[in-house]
Parts: sequence; structure tokens; C-alpha cells
Amino acid sequence: MSVKEIFETMDYGPALESPAEALAWIDGHAGRFGQFIGGGFTEAGPGFESRNPASGAVLAVLSQATQGDVDAAVAAARKAQRGWETLGGPGRARHLYALARLLQKHARLFAVLESLDNGKPIRESRDIDIPLAQRHFYYHAGMAQLMEDALPEAQALGVCGQIIPWNFPLLMLSWKIAPALAMGNTVVLKPAEYTSLTALLFAEICLQAGLPKGVVNIVTGDGAVGEMLVAAEVDKIAFTGSTEVGRRIREATAGSGKALTLELGGKSPYIVFEDADLDSAIEGLVDAIWLNQGQVCCAGSRLLVQEGIAGDFHDRLRARMDKLRVGDPLDKCIDVGAIVDPVQLARIRALVDGNAAGETYRAACPLPGTGCFFPPTLITGLGPADPLMQEEIFGPVLVSTTFRTPAEAVELANNSRYGLAATLWTENVNLALDVVPKLAAGVVWVNATNLFDAAAPFGGVRESGFGREGGWEGLRAYTRPKGKRKPLKPLLPMTGAGRPAEALDRTAKLYVGGKQARPDSGYSRAVHGKSGALLGHAGLGSRKDVRNAVEAAQAAAGWGRTTGHLRAQILYYIAENLSARAAEFAARIDAMTGGRRGEKEVAASIQRLFTAAAWADKVDGRIGGVPIRGVALAMKEPVGIIGALCADEAPLLGLVSVMAPAIAMGNRVVLAASEPYPLAATDFYQVLDTSDVPGGVVNILTGHHGDLAPTLAAHLNVDSVWCFSSSDLSGAVERAAADNLKRTWVNDGMATDWYATDMTRFLAEATEVKTIWVPYGE
Amino acid sequence: MEVETRHRSAQLPLAIEPRNPGMALDLDWLHAARANTPAIERRAASLPGRRTVKKEYQAAWLLRAITCIDLTTLSGDDTPGRVRRLCAKAAQPVRPDILQALGMGRITVGAVCVYHEMVAPAEAALAGTGIPVAAVSTGFPAGLSPFALRLAEIGESVAAGAAEIDIVISRRHVLTGDWQALYDEMRAFRAACGPAHVKAILATGELGTLRNVARASLVCMMAGADFIKTSTGKESVNATLPVSLVMVRAIRAYHARTGYRVGYKPAGGISKAKDALVYLSLIKEELGDRWLRPDLFRFGASSLLGDIERQLEHHVTGAYSAAWRHPMG
Repeated sequence: MSVKEIFETMDYGPALESPAEALAWIDGHAGRFGQFIGGGFTEAGPGFESRNPASGAVLAVLSQATQGDVDAAVAAARKAQRGWETLGGPGRARHLYALARLLQKHARLFAVLESLDNGKPIRESRDIDIPLAQRHFYYHAGMAQLMEDALPEAQALGVCGQIIPWNFPLLMLSWKIAPALAMGNTVVLKPAEYTSLTALLFAEICLQAGLPKGVVNIVTGDGAVGEMLVAAEVDKIAFTGSTEVGRRIREATAGSGKALTLELGGKSPYIVFEDADLDSAIEGLVDAIWLNQGQVCCAGSRLLVQEGIAGDFHDRLRARMDKLRVGDPLDKCIDVGAIVDPVQLARIRALVDGNAAGETYRAACPLPGTGCFFPPTLITGLGPADPLMQEEIFGPVLVSTTFRTPAEAVELANNSRYGLAATLWTENVNLALDVVPKLAAGVVWVNATNLFDAAAPFGGVRESGFGREGGWEGLRAYTRPKGKRKPLKPLLPMTGAGRPAEALDRTAKLYVGGKQARPDSGYSRAVHGKSGALLGHAGLGSRKDVRNAVEAAQAAAGWGRTTGHLRAQILYYIAENLSARAAEFAARIDAMTGGRRGEKEVAASIQRLFTAAAWADKVDGRIGGVPIRGVALAMKEPVGIIGALCADEAPLLGLVSVMAPAIAMGNRVVLAASEPYPLAATDFYQVLDTSDVPGGVVNILTGHHGDLAPTLAAHLNVDSVWCFSSSDLSGAVERAAADNLKRTWVNDGMATDWYATDMTRFLAEATEVKTIWVPYGE
Repeated sequence: MEVETRHRSAQLPLAIEPRNPGMALDLDWLHAARANTPAIERRAASLPGRRTVKKEYQAAWLLRAITCIDLTTLSGDDTPGRVRRLCAKAAQPVRPDILQALGMGRITVGAVCVYHEMVAPAEAALAGTGIPVAAVSTGFPAGLSPFALRLAEIGESVAAGAAEIDIVISRRHVLTGDWQALYDEMRAFRAACGPAHVKAILATGELGTLRNVARASLVCMMAGADFIKTSTGKESVNATLPVSLVMVRAIRAYHARTGYRVGYKPAGGISKAKDALVYLSLIKEELGDRWLRPDLFRFGASSLLGDIERQLEHHVTGAYSAAWRHPMG
């Protein structure tokens, strides 16, 4: 078109970023890549093509890693790990800083390569992905520098296997590698097979940064390579990807002692209240569901609009959608690029075509004739019962329903298996601050969406996974406490045929919902002392008792909304009442265990209650130093319902050590008492009864850990399960927990020092971190 | 109504766009108006990265920008001679050889904007060009002279030949939430303008919040403004992208509700060709192509034209240009 014509039409015209440099880089490798192991590339082997989804053109041929490659990569990482860790924080900081600088120096090359490979608009790779990746390395260079001073009790896990998705290839690589390296770990990373190129470019950057050989290893290939990595001799698996694969990894690593963090799928609610700045909320949706073609785990894909404004809002939204420009990802004037692969495009199409409910609106923007493109789509008039309101689509498709009240908005928002992120728009600070804590999500954005930063922890709850990436909280995923652990021997009940120790039989029952309850099984087990004397009977709890206990805990949900001050008072009161009966408890423990440490154990239990009471109102959140005008709060919240298999060896202290921090943080607990020595726990519920503990907050079961553990771990309404049993149940618990991907904390058959006074780890396990972004400004 | 209309001819396709007659003051609408500052700032900050025009598209857009400039001089030392020079530039804003190389016919700027005393010299200098004279008025820039005098000033300027009147609102009405007073004032100004088009200067840099900007925009449109304009150029903060976003969204909402298109004029601080392109893309995105014409969009600017001229010469020759190669105004 001539200038004169354009002067009339005022069209945008093409504005293409040149792919020349990126293609030249690929050509420099003759279009073929091997594995990056031990500081060098292996010969390219048999493999697969990596294509540009916008055109279908082959960009390069990548190698499918073999078992030998994976073993070699893990061995290289293992060999490098000690040296890397002992290099010290400041030494590692230099390397991370160099990586950050190099990412910055080659920013445009990374951006163009990313857009070519993934199909995301160059605007996003240039302005979002690559700058955030740099930021992650800068931030964690600082964490390495500070580690020895700020985290004196932490040490590296060892070798980390890391598996990342195709939606933010370099950014997810940074989220995984930067914190791992900062804390002294070495890594074997597997990028997604669709999008491995920036990871391979990053491997070159590692060479330029002079990173010691083997600290970073990159293996390419499909899910089979991922499975090899999961099965390899690594100390930790970090995975970002689909919930389905995450569940398989949970099952595969169960009982292996490997640390695990999972960042999985989502169907994140995007709530618009009637007093919101509607135009800004609509613009927010562009960033929520049309960023990266909607292929974002935390995409605001479920639009909840207050009923009174829904018509107006949807009309304006459709008008905005028509303005989106879909096309060549390398065009600087494009909003929505290509779907990553024909397979994904077919999946999106099948989900949308398979839906007959509601009204479907496809943006009236032209699509390129070829390549993997899907129009921005809005489906209104759906209800929670429609599959598209529940299923993650992972494409540019927004589904919507309406609500009447804030309470209903929360209910709809939380009516999901997922819990990754949530967005809400309102100009009313009261409403915002009321709703935010009620949302089941790891990240909440107020009047904004899809904001990310290295200083703000990111991660989900429910089936969106567990663990956090970013901030101080993210470092927990790459460290463990210093010190060696001792194996825990299975502890068997005493046996005997002696006469009752006391003339009058005291009936030990289960404690459910604040009431004593007979076991559903109708069976009891005799509890003998060391000399064989019959000390009493304990109920044999079973599936139904677990169900009842969890129901009682669910009914006590109000506990999580009480103040820390109140919870502290109740914990002090428990301590006071236990203290009044200290001698009796000490005698009971000694009688059961045949030892003489009862008095010491009771004293430690009272101390534990005091410590938990002290912490109840002092586990403060944090404000992350994010680079916006606003705050990113890392708020601590209760996990919810925690099921715990309490220590066998310390019948009172083991139970109190679990219960006290858990309820101090606002959780409700279902506790399986010490299996061989259950009677301290059953005596203890009398103490609870006299201490104003609301019914259902603490529930105590007795019986075989082996019977109770699978039911507790598989219960879909239990949010976390802890296992300190001396029976070998860690694997069973982790496997059963895979179903709803609940958090787990197991002893891996190792002993716990119940007399250690530091409660930090318990408090961390008893809390969830919710990151709340509140940009401000008037 | 007796004022001649001959000046509003070729340049402005006013006939095809019915004037905004205004409407009753709707306080419910005002109170429902929201403007979330950080969200608006994010949109404004990301827009230049989302839209760009290159090569011949850029040249065409820059030419369009020129036709939307209110070429302005508002100085205490303005003289008829100075204004005549500016008017000559307004009529020939780009060197003919550059226009020819671009394959373009004659273009002019949107209007020449002056103080009242310079209306008559400007009017004389622009005779036959089709370029309207705009006069700043109503006690510009502070708007604190007696109300009767402010009204009279409009009448004088219209009588002197101004086809467009840029009025300043009483900021105090916004700051105290006296929307009725603001509405009445604007109504009176509009009436005093008669056939001359009225641009309402909100002086957004003095309104405190973006929500106030949104509300003041709506009130002025309800009271019959033909254009809403950001600034006098004399406030410490003048046109910004966030403020523009708020005002054009108000215009969009007003159009959606009434069917009338109100024009937009950012003024002050826009001096680079690149900025002009960003503003045009903002208008294209938020309001649509219809607004990319001088009857609905103007830049209030004095030095912008010079930068655009240099960019156009660069487009034609491939070499970066120098200011002295372009005739001054």
C-alpha cells in the first residue's frame, strides 16, 4: 500500500522482528543438538524435530536422551555437587550474577529464539519472559551471597532433577535452576520436547559464564526421558506441568525419600465485582487469558462476574476481543501468537467443539491461513456443572458465569479441584481484604493479574501442586536442615497376659468432634505394660472412624478464622491442665514404655505447648521486594485439615509436638496416636475437654497405623498428611496422597528428635503461603 | 449564530458528525465511574510495546498526526508577525519535496491555537487555507476571572473569527465535587460558543485523581463539550498516557450511551514523533479508526511538528535529518 492509502486506512502494517540471528545460531550447530552433560554437548543422536508452530517449519533436530545419557548427566551432576556446594555462597553468587548478565547481553537472541520455538508473541518473550528470567538469576545471585548468613541451618539437597513445560521455556528454566544453584545444588534439567532450544542456548551461556562442569546438565526428549530422570539417583524432583503427570511423579517417587515440588495445572477464577473499574478489568483479562495464547498454568480462565453488570461487562469484553491481533509471533504488533503444537491445538478445538452449553463468541479478528492458531474465545452462560468450567483448557478460551454476592463469588471460585491463582477486581478495599483470605489459591492478584517476580513466592494448593518458587519461601524447596538423621526402628506393642494394673477399668475411646466415640469396628486391643500387666484397652480405629474424624474436623473450619491470640490462650490452657496432671501422665508413660522418662516427656510436652502458644500470633507474613508500586504479601495461612500418624516412641510428646504447632497455626488435626502406647493420647483428650478446645479441632484415633494411614492419606478432604510412625509407611502415605496431590511430610524411616525445641519446620509444614499482589496508587 | 461559518470548510468534515448536544447531568453515572490507577498505568506502559508502525506505515501515520496538530503559540510575547509566521507553517507544515517523495498531496495542520488578541491576525493570515483558528479562553489558563468576563471573552473571540474555543473548567468544582456547578458552567460556555466548537480543558494535572478526571470528562460531555482536552500546557503535569486512557474511555462510554462522538485533545508535553504514534495507536485501540481524524482528535503541541518533519525526511532519504533543513514556524 502507498503512503497515501495508508494515510486513509490507518492500518498497522507488518512490523517483523528478524529471525536471522536466531536461525544463524541454530545453523552454527548444523541444526542438530546433543545433550549437554558435564560441561559439553554430546554427539547428536536419534531424535525428533523441533518446529516453529506459526509456520510448521523445522527449526532443528533434537536428540532423544537415552538411559545412558540420563545416567551420565546425573553422574556429572553428582560429581560436581560437592565442589559447587563447598565453593560457598559468595562464589556461587558470582556465577549466578554472570549468568544473569549473559542473559541480559543476549536478551534479544533468547527472545527471538523463544518466539520462534514456542509461538508466543515477540512482545511477550522480549518484555516478559526474558526480563523475568534475568531477574530470577539476579535475585538468586543475592540469595547465594546471603545463604550462609541468612540460612545458617540450611544445606543443599544434592542433585536436583527438574522437568519443565513448554509454555514459558526459559522462564521456567530460570525458576528451577537459579534457586537450586544458589543453594548449592547441581541440576539435570529436561526441557519440554516442543521447546528445548532456549535451554540449549542457556547451556552455551553456562559455558560462557565459566560455570564448573556438571553443575548444569540438560537432557532433551519426551516424557520417557522425564520418567528416567524421576527414577534416577537424584535427591529431588521439581516438576512444572500437567496435574496428570504430576500425580504420576508423586506415585513414582513415593517412599524414595526424594524431595518433591509440583507446580501443576489450574482453572483460576477471575472475579469482577460490580464496583470494579470495568475497563481495567477487561484489559486485565487480556493479560489473564490471552497472554501466551492462554497456555498459562495460572491463567485467569474462569470469569466470575457480578450478575448486575454481567451484560455490560461481556459486551465490552467482546468489543475488546475484536481488537486483538492474532498472527505471526515475530510481528511486534501481535497480541496472540501460535498455539505451541498441532497436538495442543487439536485438544483446545476438541474441548470447545465438545461444548454445547452457553454462548460461544469467537473474536472477530482475522487468523493466518496456516499455522497453529486459535481465535480468542469467550463462552458465557456456563454453570459450575459444565465441564468447561472445571477442565483446564490451556488455550485462549475464557469461560464465564455470574454470581450474586461476595460469598457466592468465593463459593464459585473455590468450587474447583485446583487452587493455583485467583484474581479479583473491586475498588472497595474492605471487600478485597475480606475475599482474599477466603480464596483457595496460592497466588491472589487484586486489581491486576499475572504479575510475577523472583521475590514473590509462586505455587498452588489442592491439585495445583505444592511447594513454592521464588522468595525466601522458594528456597525451602532446595535446602534441607543440616545434620545427619538416624534410622527409626519399628516399635512393637508390649505383650502379656497379666492382670489389670488398676482395679477400676477406665474406658479409652476415640476422640472425634469433641466427643468420645467407640470405634466403628467394635474391636479393642489390649495394652500391656512391660511386665505384662494389662494397662487398658484401646479402640481399633478403621476407615469409618477416619471418615468421622475428618467430617468433624471439616465442621470445625471456624478454627482457622480465630485469632492467634485466642489460639495461644487455649494452648496455654491445655498446658496448664496437663501440668496439673503431670505426675499421672508421667506414670502412664512409664507404665506403657517400661522406661523412666515419663516425667521428662511430660515436661517437654508442656514446654512444646507453651512454645506453640508463643508462636500462635507470631508467624508473620512477609512483604516481598517486588519491583512495582504495590505490595506482594506472602501471607501465612493454615493448611486446613492435617492428618498425622504420631510418633510411636514418644506417646505424649510425639502427639503434642504435632498437634500444638498445627492448631496454633489454625489447622484442625486428625491424629493417629502412638500405636504401641496409645493410652497417653486417650488420657490426653480429657485434658483437651477441659481446655476449651472447640470440638473437631483435635481428633484422636487409636489403632494400627498401617490401617489408618492409607485412608487418611487418600482422603480427599485432608489437605496434608504427616507420618512419624515407626512402621514403614512413608511410601504408602505418599502414594495414597497422589490422588488429590495433598502435601505430605514423612519421616522416610528416620528418627525425629522430639526433644529438639526448634519448632520452625513444624510451623512451616503447618502453614501455606499465599502471595497477595496489591498494586496501589490513586 | 450570526458568526460566519466559512472557516470551517475543507479541513474539517464537521458535517458528517453531528455535534454533541449534551444531556441532563446524570449523577448516578458519575458516581459509578471508576479509574483504577495502577491498572491504567500498566495498560499505558505496555501499549508502546504492543503496537508499532514501521516504514511507509510510520510515514503515513506521521502525516496523519500532522493533520491533527493544533499548532499552538500561547506566549506573552506573541505578536501579529510571530503569529503570521506560525500560520504560514500551519498551511505548509511539510516541505513540498518531502510530500512529493511520499506521494502525498497538500496537507495542513488541524488548527492554529492562540490567545484572543492573536485571533484576528491569525484569522487574516489563514484566510483561504481552510484552517480554523482556535482561541484559548475563559481566563486561560487558571479560569479564575469573573464568570461574566469569561463568558464575554468567548463571545469576543468567536466574533473575532475563532471557530474553536478552548475553555478551561473551574478546577475547584471538581476538587469539591460540585458537579452541578461544573455542569452549569460548561453549559454556559457551550451556549456562549454558539456555532464555534468548544474544547473543554480539564487541567488534569490539577484534578488530583484519575477518578476525578473520569468524572470531569463525563460532566463536560454531558454539558455539551465537542472535545475534551487534557491540559493548558501550563500545569506542571500535562498530557500523559494514563490520563488519556481515562479520558478516551469516558468518550467511549459516552458514545456507547448517547451515540455522540466527542473529540479528544491531549495537550502539552507531546514533542516526539514516537509519542505521537503511541497516542494514535491508543486512540485506534480504545476508540477506533473513526477518531483518527482531525474532527475528533487533535494534538495540542508546538514542537511536535519539527520532530515529525525530521522523521519524514529520514524516511524519504534514509539519512537522519537536521532541524535547520525544515522551514520554521
